[in-house]
Amino acid sequence: MSIHVSNIRKSFGAFTALGGIDLNVPAGKLVALLGPSGSGKTTLLRIIAGLDEPDIGSGRIAFHGEDVTRVPAGKRKVGFVFQHYALFRHMTVFENIAFGLNVRPRRDRPPASDIADRVHRLLKLVQLEGLDARFPSQLSGGQRQRVALARALAVEPKVLLLDEPFGALDAKVRKELRRWLRRFHEEIHLTTLFVTHDQEEALEIADEVVIMNQAKIEQVGTPQEVYDRPATPFVYQFLGNVNVLRASALAPAVTPGAPALMRDGQIYVRPHDIAISRHVPGAGAAGFFAEVRAIHAAGPQARLSLEHMPGRERIEVELSRSELVGLDLKLHEQVSLRLRRTHAFSDDYAI
Amino acid sequence: MAVVVTSALAKARPIAGAPLRATQDPRWVRWLLTGIALVFLAFFLLLPLAAVFGEALRRGVGAYFAAVGDVDALASVKLTLIAALISVPANVLFGVAAAWCIAKYSFRGKSLLITLIDLPFAVSPVISGLIYVLVFGAQGWLGPWLIEHDMKIIFAVPGIVLATTFVTFPFVARELIPLMQAQGSEEEYAAITLGANGWQTFWRVTLPNIKWGLLYGVILCNARAMGEFGAVSVVSGHIRGETNTMPLHVEILYNEYNFVGAFAVASLLALLALVTLVLKSIVEWRHAQAHAA
Repeated sequence: MSIHVSNIRKSFGAFTALGGIDLNVPAGKLVALLGPSGSGKTTLLRIIAGLDEPDIGSGRIAFHGEDVTRVPAGKRKVGFVFQHYALFRHMTVFENIAFGLNVRPRRDRPPASDIADRVHRLLKLVQLEGLDARFPSQLSGGQRQRVALARALAVEPKVLLLDEPFGALDAKVRKELRRWLRRFHEEIHLTTLFVTHDQEEALEIADEVVIMNQAKIEQVGTPQEVYDRPATPFVYQFLGNVNVLRASALAPAVTPGAPALMRDGQIYVRPHDIAISRHVPGAGAAGFFAEVRAIHAAGPQARLSLEHMPGRERIEVELSRSELVGLDLKLHEQVSLRLRRTHAFSDDYAI
Repeated sequence: MAVVVTSALAKARPIAGAPLRATQDPRWVRWLLTGIALVFLAFFLLLPLAAVFGEALRRGVGAYFAAVGDVDALASVKLTLIAALISVPANVLFGVAAAWCIAKYSFRGKSLLITLIDLPFAVSPVISGLIYVLVFGAQGWLGPWLIEHDMKIIFAVPGIVLATTFVTFPFVARELIPLMQAQGSEEEYAAITLGANGWQTFWRVTLPNIKWGLLYGVILCNARAMGEFGAVSVVSGHIRGETNTMPLHVEILYNEYNFVGAFAVASLLALLALVTLVLKSIVEWRHAQAHAA
């Protein structure tokens, strides 16, 4: 079931949390709401769930074309997973998962044996069989998060909303669990919207990424689209490391991909999109010189810090370990750089 | 409180022969502090308590039970129970509602509301009683109207219940507000998204989470309701067998030099205090267990 958000606004006093948001989440997709803290992404998610109300007179929210703006949270058929799990601490795992079924009016409530069947099916689905009698305090963070997911799924929601689902977990568990979520999504194909501030997480598992900043949506696209063709300087900077160079400092040694550079415009280039070589380029070749200032060789990728002489600009370059070995660079050595891929934004953009 | 002080000191006492660490006071300081606490405890708490039971039993067990079984004494017990039975549930209702809205919503005037809830702690109980005399008394604001409609509040049971409710007003709310603020509202939100209505959310999620704090508040509230003297004294009128609560009845008997009777009723109140302390300790212990789990 698709989600349509049109012109939703929300302010808390003088602070604007959402400034006229339009968003489409296609049915069956896994979509990430990505942005720094304070960008409004959690507020948007809570408004979609019905836990917060948009400003009076602002737009509407529809599920599969049906307007739910005035429908209370409990009747929207959304599954919501909270960042800190929000499990009922005085109930067992079984009781937590069964809660949504047990609070139904008697005529809609499945018989106890059906509820038990469904709870056990869900426990199997989230790989927590045999833990049904535990209390939340007896589970690890990753297990609690999966109980929260099973509890949300028990009421057979039409859409699944996850608020920073892995935010409170340590790095290793977070990686495992997000891959698990991706596989899980491929099994059940429930329209899912999840909030995260971790670009790596969003780019790795989402079908589509919605990048938010300062109460607005900056760009919507597949992970590859937003990474390769960022619409704004903010998106460019938020999605990875970036070198920002003044165009005038590099001229005339400019590179392909930035034909319309303005005077003193900014060139954006990712550290891994800079080619580095030792030999002095021949006349006419696109390139410029820089001095090696530091070499960081730990990790899968090596990082170089360089200084571009005329403007004393710092440039970061990433290359593979084997490339680094092949180049056999020394500190303070002059090297030649070539920008493989750049982006230019006009000065009108404030970063 | 005194019990807590002594046990904390007992833990601080070093094992014999263990080297004195920089963070520990010299032995004589520790003994002196422990001694002061124990002497204070004996003089101001244990001695009076012993005196109450000693005086009550001075003429023997027979006289004690005769004094407790006296018609007027029983009437005062009954009135005290009635006042507590009405004011405690009323304050539970109010306390839960107030704590709920303070902890779960943000609104203008919230800090004013918190201050107002504390008002009965800040005001002298005698003033609390006088407020009701000024409002409901024969010369009060509503006095003529009440007389016209043949309703009696001051110098009658309703006045006593009102005064008791007023002075015990903060106990439940004060206990619950920090607890509910610390717990936040996420579990309630989760219940709502799962389709629970407000009533189900309260009974199945909120109440189980606050039950120990609530019980603790109820115990304190009840102890104060049964023991209140000042405010009730002003509105009671001291009509023997009709508007005397236990504390008031003790005073009357004492002023009539009926020491056995006075101390016998007082011993009932002292027993109530002891039972309250035991219950309070049990609840605190259970609460700590529930949190540790």
